[in-house]
Amino acid sequence: MNKSQKNTIKNLRTNILKLSHKAKSSHIGGCLSIVEILSVLFNNILKGFSSRKKTFKDTFILSKGHACLALYCMLYEKKILSKKILFSYGENNSLLMSHASHHVPGVKFSTGSLGHGLPVAIGSALVAKNEKKNRKVYVLISDGELNEGTTWESLMFAAHHKIDNLCVIIDYNKLQSLTFVSNTIKLEPLTKKIKSFGCEVKNINGHNITQLKRALIFKNKKKPRVVIANTIKGKGISFMENNIAWHYKSPNFLELSKALKEVNDA
Amino acid sequence: MRKIFIEELILAAKKNKKLILVVNDLGYSVVEKFAKMFPKQFYNAGVAEQNMMGIASGMALEGYHVFVYSIGNFPTFRCAEQIRNDVDYHNLPVTIVNVGAGLSYGNLGYTHHSLQDYGLMRLFPNMLIASPSDEMETKACMKYIIKNPQPSYLRLSKGKNTSLHKKIPNLKPGKWLILTKGKNKKAFLTTGNVANLAKKLLLKKKFSQYSIFSLPIWGMKYKEQQKNQLNRWDSILVLEDHLEDGGFGSWIKESVNDKNVKTKITSKNISKKVISKVGSEKYLLDNYYLKFFGK
Repeated sequence: MNKSQKNTIKNLRTNILKLSHKAKSSHIGGCLSIVEILSVLFNNILKGFSSRKKTFKDTFILSKGHACLALYCMLYEKKILSKKILFSYGENNSLLMSHASHHVPGVKFSTGSLGHGLPVAIGSALVAKNEKKNRKVYVLISDGELNEGTTWESLMFAAHHKIDNLCVIIDYNKLQSLTFVSNTIKLEPLTKKIKSFGCEVKNINGHNITQLKRALIFKNKKKPRVVIANTIKGKGISFMENNIAWHYKSPNFLELSKALKEVNDA
Repeated sequence: MRKIFIEELILAAKKNKKLILVVNDLGYSVVEKFAKMFPKQFYNAGVAEQNMMGIASGMALEGYHVFVYSIGNFPTFRCAEQIRNDVDYHNLPVTIVNVGAGLSYGNLGYTHHSLQDYGLMRLFPNMLIASPSDEMETKACMKYIIKNPQPSYLRLSKGKNTSLHKKIPNLKPGKWLILTKGKNKKAFLTTGNVANLAKKLLLKKKFSQYSIFSLPIWGMKYKEQQKNQLNRWDSILVLEDHLEDGGFGSWIKESVNDKNVKTKITSKNISKKVISKVGSEKYLLDNYYLKFFGK
């Protein structure tokens, strides 16, 4: 991992912690699990950044809209979002609500209800493919979204139409809102299941930069690509990792200090 | 109306490659010509309405005008949240076309009746509701929607309609169109093909002096325009092929209050007793609508 990637990741975790403490907002666990994914996407994968428009030519949709704080922090790292806007998170009348909003610079689509981002990403990818534009579409979904019928409807449609400019990243942190994924609706054998829907599947460690870079680069296979990113909910903070409480909790002052120290020492 | 819709869509698609038609495995004998002429602008999303509406939104997000064609509850209630969050909230040019207005699919039963659809579509702040009374209004609505792409709902009846207008009317959202000029200060206000029923009602003595108006384009954005139009009349009787709750009549009543309008506003709606009843559209309308107008 190079120094700048390391810095981005550290800054993301620091700001996620500080802002969810300040705003007393939830979903910190699912924000921390996607830090590396976002960092690789925005630093290495998304192409065609226009500094004037502050957007990429490639499309990114955060379907797990409840993790918008991680995205907002990433947009701040890329200087798409100002510090003033970022640090208004959680305040009354702020531009930043606790689910992704298209009113925020750099956010393509509003999400918050699960199962919406993938169909929209498919529509966007399909027209880009038809126009023979070299535009790729990335959509980051949660493992909880695999409970939604739309996810499977969409995967079948994407495979049928050979939408090979689409990459679906699953943040497979294995914890949902109430309990573990395996205790909610059994997903395994996930790789086999998604392959059988007609997609190309990569099963990787979602915190490993090299693996992420490799998995997120397209090779034309005439199939949509699905990256199962195995992650840890609450990643990077020992007392938050794999702990269901941190789906909803926000850190108090003591917990924040302890967590920030862990990020600094990492 | 379906025929007019697809003809207008074909005309528009000839000029605009960024116009797309999406269906959910429905549209037999209606959509084939379009699909053949514009294979790259036609998609059958299969029997998966939520995905269909999401895909339509994704295409619209990239600058396409997407028409989603289906029946009754499938492109509306079945994917209500996709309409709310994806289409309407993002103000995207997706036109939802429902060919089963009211009791159009009478014999197919309650699952195929559109009796609550206004109630749903009225809830969305950006949604334009287009409910034409005849073929001329259907043409006018299509031309308006194609010229002004936006979240929109086009409600069409299945069968052939008698022509109420001699030529394509000049439409303005929220503005009433006159169909029949009466002799007193009382009028029918209709939306959709129920205007045909108003014509029949004029034959009854108590309504013989009434005027008839059609309001083909309405929705939350156009509520404020109703007050002045209502004020010109002593009494307005709203007709619609929809249940009372959440319907067009409720919308008209909500658009005014007692202080700013003296007009007496009443509405006649399909009786909720129609639920679980089967029959042709005419049979159901005769028994669960027209009989409440008296002799």
